[in-house]
Amino acid sequence: MCGIAGLIHRGKSSNVGSELQLMLQALKHRGPDSTGYALYAENDGKNFIMRFKVGENVGEGSTSVNEDASVYDKRKKLVDNMLSELGAKVIKEDQLTPYSFRYEMEFNNDLMEFSKKIESIESVEILSIGKSLELIKDLGDAAAVSERYGLGEVKGTHAIGHARMATESGVDIKSAHPFWGYPFSDVSVVHNGQLTNYWNNRRVLENKGMRFMSECDSELIAVYLAEKMRNGATLEEGMKDSLTGLDGVFTYFVATKDSLGMAKDTMAAKPLVLYESDDLVAMGSEEIAIRSILPHEIDTYDPFDGEVKVWQI
Amino acid sequence: MANLKTAEKKTKAQSMGLHTEVLTGKTQQKFFNPDEAENFFYWGAYDVDFNKRTDLDVKDMDCKEANRRIDELMSQGYGTIVIKNPQGKHSLGVGILNKLNLIFEGSLGYFGVGSIDGPMVRINGRVGWSCAENMMAGKVVIEKNAGSCFGAAIRGGDLICKGSVGARTGIDQKGGTIIVGGDAGAFTGFMMQRGRIIIMGDVGINLGDSMYDGTIYVGGKIGSYGSDAIESPMTKSDIDWLKRKLKVAELGENFDVSKMTKVVAGKKLWNYDALEPTEKKGAI
Repeated sequence: MCGIAGLIHRGKSSNVGSELQLMLQALKHRGPDSTGYALYAENDGKNFIMRFKVGENVGEGSTSVNEDASVYDKRKKLVDNMLSELGAKVIKEDQLTPYSFRYEMEFNNDLMEFSKKIESIESVEILSIGKSLELIKDLGDAAAVSERYGLGEVKGTHAIGHARMATESGVDIKSAHPFWGYPFSDVSVVHNGQLTNYWNNRRVLENKGMRFMSECDSELIAVYLAEKMRNGATLEEGMKDSLTGLDGVFTYFVATKDSLGMAKDTMAAKPLVLYESDDLVAMGSEEIAIRSILPHEIDTYDPFDGEVKVWQI
Repeated sequence: MANLKTAEKKTKAQSMGLHTEVLTGKTQQKFFNPDEAENFFYWGAYDVDFNKRTDLDVKDMDCKEANRRIDELMSQGYGTIVIKNPQGKHSLGVGILNKLNLIFEGSLGYFGVGSIDGPMVRINGRVGWSCAENMMAGKVVIEKNAGSCFGAAIRGGDLICKGSVGARTGIDQKGGTIIVGGDAGAFTGFMMQRGRIIIMGDVGINLGDSMYDGTIYVGGKIGSYGSDAIESPMTKSDIDWLKRKLKVAELGENFDVSKMTKVVAGKKLWNYDALEPTEKKGAI
């Protein structure tokens, strides 16, 4: 089933970490397996933030193979060596769990080549690269993930998130949403639905040099949009193309460093409730997600079938 | 001996292309026979006084508790109940088989006021998916917008949304009337079997797809027609009925109903042919 939520403050920052946590927690019944956040935070915008993992969460409910934690240190050292080779200068590093890291770094070359090299190391996956994007995903509900990664105090302009019920792939971090729009900095996607032409599209995109890290059908949306933008399409153009290029049922959100968008398939088979005012747009799979941050009486509506909308900060 | 009152109703309905047969089954005869419906009440129904009014704040209740409290208040004779702070919660006001004035001061989530038979409901907010699903009788008025599957499988009563509604409005509708003051999404009237839908604004693609019977009236633009949905000429009976119905719905004071588009089933789909299943196989 899955639940998705997103919000964008126009013209100001807010406590998007705690706001998104409340929205996703309200949707916990739609997906208790894992929770993911893509927060567009108040960073100085000078350096890249890279979030990556060197292993999986093998805790209760996980479908991942158990590994000795000592391999995480070895893989992290390999990542550090590779960063030096690629000319990236690490300014600050944080270890958030035994298997996940946040690096702030100076880097000025091609991100696609950079990502390919880093991810050539066994079990290493870049969750996101961006100058404002902080992408965090892990097993557990919104409150548990927020507490584990200290997201409650994160301030920013916009955010999207996902509460996942695993249907098409395993209960693990690599299949959790959001998906980074590799190789674009600051692009993330969350999705509710099922795509039925996943493998056809995946084969075509892989032949064009795009990379897939999971077998989760939702990852296709991120890669599909990234490939469109790589060929010069705007985000909105790519999203409109996706209405015919992607087959199945879907409602998805996509965020970039300064915008937030939503698209709904032509059958309108997946729910979405939207609240829009001059200074805030909030949306979610169910109204209770919006009510969790706006308890007073508000006007909301369901976008129609085949609708695409994009808002700027 | 023929009942003249019923016969008169049948003639009017037939002129509008509607079925009039009395459905079989003990319960359905009770509900759908026009002479008996007015006098029907459920065993165990409460004798409520509409002038006895109370408020119920459900802010800190889950849906089960809130619905239980509504039932308790009816058992105490309250005939008008005002629900405060519904805050988009799911499944509020469901399964009420009683006469009651029920007012929600706020919005409902999914499955609001589903499976009801009899109450008059006013919702001063929005409703989520599948509002009033399986409604048997009564009247539900929503002041703002509604989500998808609005009035799914309703059997009777008037379901009115003054704003716009999502996709698949009136899906599998089996009776009653759905009235929408604004626009409606794709697949409106999908597989509807009986009853009427009035959309005053525009509708999306695949209007009336695979409908078996019933009538849809559209005031605005139609995205596209679904399989076997066809346009039909408006009659004087249609116009008189629409005027009366919109007045009851507190909508469209100056709306010209004669310019609406009437859509019915073409009855050309496979389920309308005379072939036996074995013969169909042979035909394929």
